[in-house]
Amino acid sequence: MLAYLLKRLGVAILVALTVSLITFSMIYLSGDPAVALAGESATEEDIENIRRFYGYDRPILIQYLDWLARAVQGDFGQSHYLREPVARIIFERLPTTMWLGFLALTFALTLSVPLGVLAAIRPNSLVDRAALTIAVVGQAMPSFWFALTLMLWLGIYWRLLPITGTASWANFVMPAVALGYYVTPAVMRLTRAGMLEVLAADYIRTARAKGLRPMRVLFKHALRNAIIPVVSLAAVQFGFMLGGSIVIETIFAINGLGFLAWESIQRADLPMMQAIVLVLSVFYIVLTFLADMLNAWLDPRIRVV
Amino acid sequence: MEKAATIVSLPVLEPSPGALLRRRVFGHAGLLIGCTVLSVIILIALFAPWIAPHDPFDQVLDRKLIPPVWSESAKATWIHPLGTDHFGRDYLSRLIWGARISLVIGFSAMLISGVIGTVLGVLAGFFGGRVDMVANFLITTRLSMPVVLVAIAVVSLVGSSLTVVIWVLGLLIWDRFAVVMRSATMQVRNLDFVAAAQALGCSTSRIVFTEILPNVANHLIVVATVEMAHAILLEAALSFLGLGVQPPEPSWGLMISEAKGLMFFDGWLIVIPGTALFALVLAINLLGDGVRDVTAPDGT
Repeated sequence: MLAYLLKRLGVAILVALTVSLITFSMIYLSGDPAVALAGESATEEDIENIRRFYGYDRPILIQYLDWLARAVQGDFGQSHYLREPVARIIFERLPTTMWLGFLALTFALTLSVPLGVLAAIRPNSLVDRAALTIAVVGQAMPSFWFALTLMLWLGIYWRLLPITGTASWANFVMPAVALGYYVTPAVMRLTRAGMLEVLAADYIRTARAKGLRPMRVLFKHALRNAIIPVVSLAAVQFGFMLGGSIVIETIFAINGLGFLAWESIQRADLPMMQAIVLVLSVFYIVLTFLADMLNAWLDPRIRVV
Repeated sequence: MEKAATIVSLPVLEPSPGALLRRRVFGHAGLLIGCTVLSVIILIALFAPWIAPHDPFDQVLDRKLIPPVWSESAKATWIHPLGTDHFGRDYLSRLIWGARISLVIGFSAMLISGVIGTVLGVLAGFFGGRVDMVANFLITTRLSMPVVLVAIAVVSLVGSSLTVVIWVLGLLIWDRFAVVMRSATMQVRNLDFVAAAQALGCSTSRIVFTEILPNVANHLIVVATVEMAHAILLEAALSFLGLGVQPPEPSWGLMISEAKGLMFFDGWLIVIPGTALFALVLAINLLGDGVRDVTAPDGT
């Protein structure tokens, strides 16, 4: 287990370093960052000053190492637009996005796991077909359009829920549904496939033959085993959702990390953009690492290095 | 002689693999629906200049926000069956021309990512070992970066155009191709006919192209449909956020974005392009699911 853990940890750190390199090089995509920062009316001298002030005149490798060394210590520099430390703003906004992601995942799991189980109990039944239809339809709906449609009906026509902001829990219902439904098909399919496999196993037949109640067999014996891959998928999807929250937060004006990312991109606030991409990527890397460890702990067969 | 002929004709009673395939194709409702809808949308896109009743860029300001014909408003007219937008541009014509943008971006981005992902996946699956480790590392790295965020950041820095959107999406969504091709190649690689080809002294490239690729082609088609749908949805999301296709181009995502300020009064402005997007993506997904079911009836 320790060898497996160390190997995974090594890979995770290497991936994080590669991501940081890509994220850092992003600012050079627009050409010269100093020119971009200076704006259109800047003189040659202004640009030179800006270049020296932000250290863009140093060799790129030195710039990267310096940036990385600071980033590791939680210092992402100053926001070019807000004139405040990037790290402070990010950590102000992060809880809102985490909360949204948590609610979205809760919604997705409470919908998809029972549906997946029901579909697996009676394959090709009406429930199975309905679940499959939900999955196929869900995957084809653009999330931003689904969000706007929810807003239009639940918010405007029926006036059930507030449409923007973060004032109360009710504000999070529509965003969480809009963000979470996209994960539903994948989780449902995995639950269904896992349950089908487990229900066909010998120990389930034994449990039934012993005369255990069907519900007990289903939940205690089958679901507990089928749910293992679902847990790690959920962890991975949580990471995806934080990245995808940019669209939903922009629509519902939720003051989280995604909205901040969108604002920063509009303002060409390079240090902020870099930091958000890096923070979300590293968060995803940590999540997948934890999911791997959980899987290996639950299923010793995975631990082969 | 006569007797021999009757004996030979017996196996004909057994349907040929081709006939079985045809039977499965025509018995699969999802596949047929997906194929039909996608073909209709492709035809509409191809013949857009002849089908569209108006110029999609033509602004007629005294004909702003005419509702579609099924609304009860007195302004509704058959001259603009789906109404007009806030600039008085014919909505149906914009919808028809928008199909081109979605299809071109979806298809091109899918091709780029398909080439990258397939090369990576087949190499990893065929050679294994170090090559596989490197491929896995690249896939993990790619997956850890949030697609939408990186895409809009890059587009905003490089500058937005159709080509930029295609390349950014193509360079970002190859992961599934690589993952699926890797495992499919691994399975095929250990089969006897690959060993036979190697024993005959076939070159590696010949084995990859004539033995491996044809046998993983069905997986490739399925992933291609998934990623084309993915690219179309991403383009719409990018354009919706204002960092994809730029106005006045009639991208469906952009149409929704332009209408979102008016949607509380004129809901159909977002319902129409959204439905079009939904229908296109659903058709592509149905086609992909159908190909998967038809080519692997035993569920492999």
